[in-house]
Amino acid sequence: MSGIRRKKDLTFSEKIYVPEIVKGLWLTLRNMSKPNVTLEYPEKKFAPPSSYRGRPVLVQDSNGTERCVACGLCSRVCPALAIEVQASETENEKERFPVKFEINMLRCIFCSFCEEVCPEEAIVMSKDYELVFTNREDAIYGKDKLLVPIENLKDRLEFLRNFK
Amino acid sequence: MSILEIIIITLIKIIIMVTVLLLTVSYSVYFERKISAWVQNRVGPNRVGWKGALQPFADVFKLLLKEDIVPSSSNKPLHALAPFIALFVAFSTYAVIPFGPNVKVFGYDVQLVVADVNIGILYILALTSLSVYGITFAGWSSGSKYSLLGGIRSSAQMISYEVSMGFSVAGVVLLAESLSPVKIVEAQHGWMWNIVLQPIGFITFLVSAFAETNRLPFDLPEAEPELVGGYHTEYSSMKFAAFFLAEYANMIMAAAFITTLYLGGWQNPLVDIFNLTGTWAVLLQVGAFLFKVAFLIFFFIWVRWSLPRFRYDQLMNIGWKVMFPLALANLIWVAVLIMIFKF
Repeated sequence: MSGIRRKKDLTFSEKIYVPEIVKGLWLTLRNMSKPNVTLEYPEKKFAPPSSYRGRPVLVQDSNGTERCVACGLCSRVCPALAIEVQASETENEKERFPVKFEINMLRCIFCSFCEEVCPEEAIVMSKDYELVFTNREDAIYGKDKLLVPIENLKDRLEFLRNFK
Repeated sequence: MSILEIIIITLIKIIIMVTVLLLTVSYSVYFERKISAWVQNRVGPNRVGWKGALQPFADVFKLLLKEDIVPSSSNKPLHALAPFIALFVAFSTYAVIPFGPNVKVFGYDVQLVVADVNIGILYILALTSLSVYGITFAGWSSGSKYSLLGGIRSSAQMISYEVSMGFSVAGVVLLAESLSPVKIVEAQHGWMWNIVLQPIGFITFLVSAFAETNRLPFDLPEAEPELVGGYHTEYSSMKFAAFFLAEYANMIMAAAFITTLYLGGWQNPLVDIFNLTGTWAVLLQVGAFLFKVAFLIFFFIWVRWSLPRFRYDQLMNIGWKVMFPLALANLIWVAVLIMIFKF
């Protein structure tokens, strides 16, 4: 072992501390003049990329109805059991729609499995990350809160077409 | 001057000193947070007042409004006494620090120091040794193992570093031939600052001052990862605020003491170069003192956010095997300066 310099052996300049301390101080001094990385949240908001998984929403087509056909796959795949779907039939033959579509946002873990499994591209993850509620009842989002016009979800739908 | 006049002048000096001190303490807490933020590329407190300038007052009010919890297993009288020992010691040491030359105000010859004690250095060393009691009592009386460990570490650390501190000061005292801080500052006129004449003594004193004030890299008494909060783990509300104040007052004290001993106190070379006299000279000199102290406070904070904490055995090794011999070597160097170069 005699000729090998292990990492633990300090050189003389390291042993007397002072040069290394000066190096460290110089590093922090330089850092002081660098621009800071803080985003001052309530005033400035984070604009997520299209790969961001915010709260899951239902796509509302341009004719004003949801794309969802109430197949229940999302509810089935949801690992946190957050989604509840109740189906009903429309006037058109062999077409179904959800009478009740609820996501319990206290349970949702933002895994995007529902989005992945959806055959109709009807449920997608939005960029919305500001989820505030003051009681448990408010945390259950019904269709009124879940339906989002398709124009607001263009980014995510395109992302899904390219990468899913 | 009659006795009444002396008392009134001293009282005015005390009031000015304490006010400036309290403001400096609260704003050094603010700057500690700001500088730490800049070092870590953050913003720091910026919500209360202009750029967060009222943050220290918000902090104080928060601490005052908190519940004062006294642990049931504590020794209550000592638990209540300890923070105020620390605070008293931290504030009383400023009495002998000169912050300016003699000035004439309304016909009175006023010395810009609260008390010109002829053994001022001894007084400061004695009081800083007393501050060990505050921390040790706090650690012991809390009845908690973390506090106790913090208190024990602190007493061991402070007693060890007092040795090298004392020997570094001996060098300064030899050169000035006096124990009075006023005389020591006067002996460093022009550029004859002690940092130039005895740089090794300056380094040993600086390191000991860091250890004495429990600042990083020697903040083992309150090492958060190992000891929760060290000696003030069991303190809350007003008593915690007292410890907090005392810690920062100690830091400013150390800065003022280093300035007095090694950086020429209120000596300002500009005054000698331009042969200034009167009000401007005094203002420049007091300004020089404040600037030096402010720079040292910045240095203390800067070091805290740059260096990691020493291990306990490393701390003791440095204290006894490095700092003590270096301080002795500095003493010999000063003796050589006096005997051979006739300083």
